Amino acid sequence: MYPFEYIEPSTLPEAVAALAEHGPDAVALAGGTDLLVMMRADTIRPKVVVNIKRIPGLSGIAATNGDVRVGALTLVRDIEKSPVLRARAPALSEAARWLGSVQIRHLATIGGNLCRAAPSAEMAPTLLALGARLHLVGVQGQRVVPVEDFFLGPGRTVLQPGEILVEISLDGLAPRSGSTYLRHSIRPLMDLALVNVAAYLALDAAGTITEARIALGAVAPTPIRARAAEAELCGHTADPALFERATEAAVAAARPISDVRSTAVYRSRMVRLLTQRALAQTLAAAQNGHVQ
Amino acid sequence: MKKLMLSLAVNGQVYDVAAFPHRTLLEVLRDDIGLTGTKRGCDDGDCGACTVLLDGLPVTSCLVLAVDAVEKTITTIEGLATAGQLHPMQQAFIEHGALQCGFCTPGLIVTAKQLLEEKPDSSDEEIRAGLAGNLCRCTGYVQILAAVAACRDGQLAGQTEAP
Ligand SMILES: Cc1cc2nc3c(=O)[nH]c(=O)nc-3n(C[C@H](O)[C@H](O)[C@H](O)COP(=O)(O)OP(=O)(O)OC[C@H]3O[C@@H](n4cnc5c(N)ncnc54)[C@H](O)[C@@H]3O)c2cc1C
Ligand code: FES
Ligand code: FES
Repeated sequence: MYPFEYIEPSTLPEAVAALAEHGPDAVALAGGTDLLVMMRADTIRPKVVVNIKRIPGLSGIAATNGDVRVGALTLVRDIEKSPVLRARAPALSEAARWLGSVQIRHLATIGGNLCRAAPSAEMAPTLLALGARLHLVGVQGQRVVPVEDFFLGPGRTVLQPGEILVEISLDGLAPRSGSTYLRHSIRPLMDLALVNVAAYLALDAAGTITEARIALGAVAPTPIRARAAEAELCGHTADPALFERATEAAVAAARPISDVRSTAVYRSRMVRLLTQRALAQTLAAAQNGHVQ
Repeated sequence: MKKLMLSLAVNGQVYDVAAFPHRTLLEVLRDDIGLTGTKRGCDDGDCGACTVLLDGLPVTSCLVLAVDAVEKTITTIEGLATAGQLHPMQQAFIEHGALQCGFCTPGLIVTAKQLLEEKPDSSDEEIRAGLAGNLCRCTGYVQILAAVAACRDGQLAGQTEAP
């Protein structure tokens, strides 16, 4: 690793100012599980590293009036174990369980996972399916960006120089709703997902689907919503033919590439399989009445 | 760039080290403090040979800047034996022949020790998942899993004196 200047701000304004001052020469350091790997491989060589972990108030999970707020610096391991999230957004805890090893999860943060903007990012599909909002703070002040507008491409986000992701917020879940996260990798653990899928369904008292969100990862330059698939579902009562049409639409939304992990064809087939399973599991959770 | 004065609390002892900010905790533990029990395998977070406990939790020390370990407690494999007695997990690894070259062993033992402390009744499946980040090129893992299960079940023969 090449030497750098190290800054350890104790407040958010200091951190934002330090990052803004040094512009493209500076990076924010959270868990470092992506950053240090990239710096050692010399894919990036920052002159200034701004450690944002000692700023108070940027980590933790809080539930208020049904809303759930997750600090960007919250460890992936804490998301995995959080009783609040296990009750309010279990698909997010489930996703956390699959990220790296326990050693990595004790370092990695949810914010770092999003800001790294890997197409396969473990935490992204569930946040897309749950309609999460990202709270960004920069020199200009704070703004809120829906997670689906956050990613621009592999490793690229809407974050401006100096901007820090501080919080992720989720709406209170509807009573008859469910969510699911599924992923497929060659080895079950310690292997990046070659496809990941998250689904969210909300039903009315008659069982009609009132809200549907399906998110796909690792099959496009960014994690994506399968909007045509969602449109198939909304306003209808679940049945196998409906889910089949939605699954076809999800497969059509995916634009997978072939790489070291998988061929594009295999990825498409896995989108089909995981979407089918995710819809079935999500429906069952929603029908059970409780928020799964 | 100038060196930082770092005060690191390792195995209950405070070490004052002058190190550049880009040095990792793994490098400082091994090269500056001389605690070479913690191994460097991949230097990339993949193998777990560098695992230490940071504030009691297993982390890959190759992905931690030494400066980030200031004001935290660090436990390495050297800190496990107490009063001349090996930790039960160390004992279990010996009794079950859970090591050959030994390169993965320090990382595995500290990870497995914390795993059972956090959940003493971990299932075999939970043990496997908990050790997914520790690679072993020699044993084939069978003896390792047996050692951790024996430790969980309190089935250890006797105590070996620490070296
Ligand atoms: C062995 C290993 C296995 C892994 N397995 C997986 C896996 O299975 N799934 C997966 O998705 N990922 C995996 N990863 C990647 C990585 O662990 C995750 O992406 C992790 O969540 C990154 O978080 P971090 O806090 O370590 O980020 P860092 O490395 O600290 O930062 C990553 C990037 O985001 C920026 N950043 C971080 N936080 C903020 C913030 N709050 N505001 C603005 N910018 C910020 C940094 O400047 C940097 O550019 C793995 C990594 C390793 C080493
Ligand atoms: S040396 Fe740190 S994980 Fe391999
Ligand atoms: S005993 Fe040699 S790597 Fe595990």
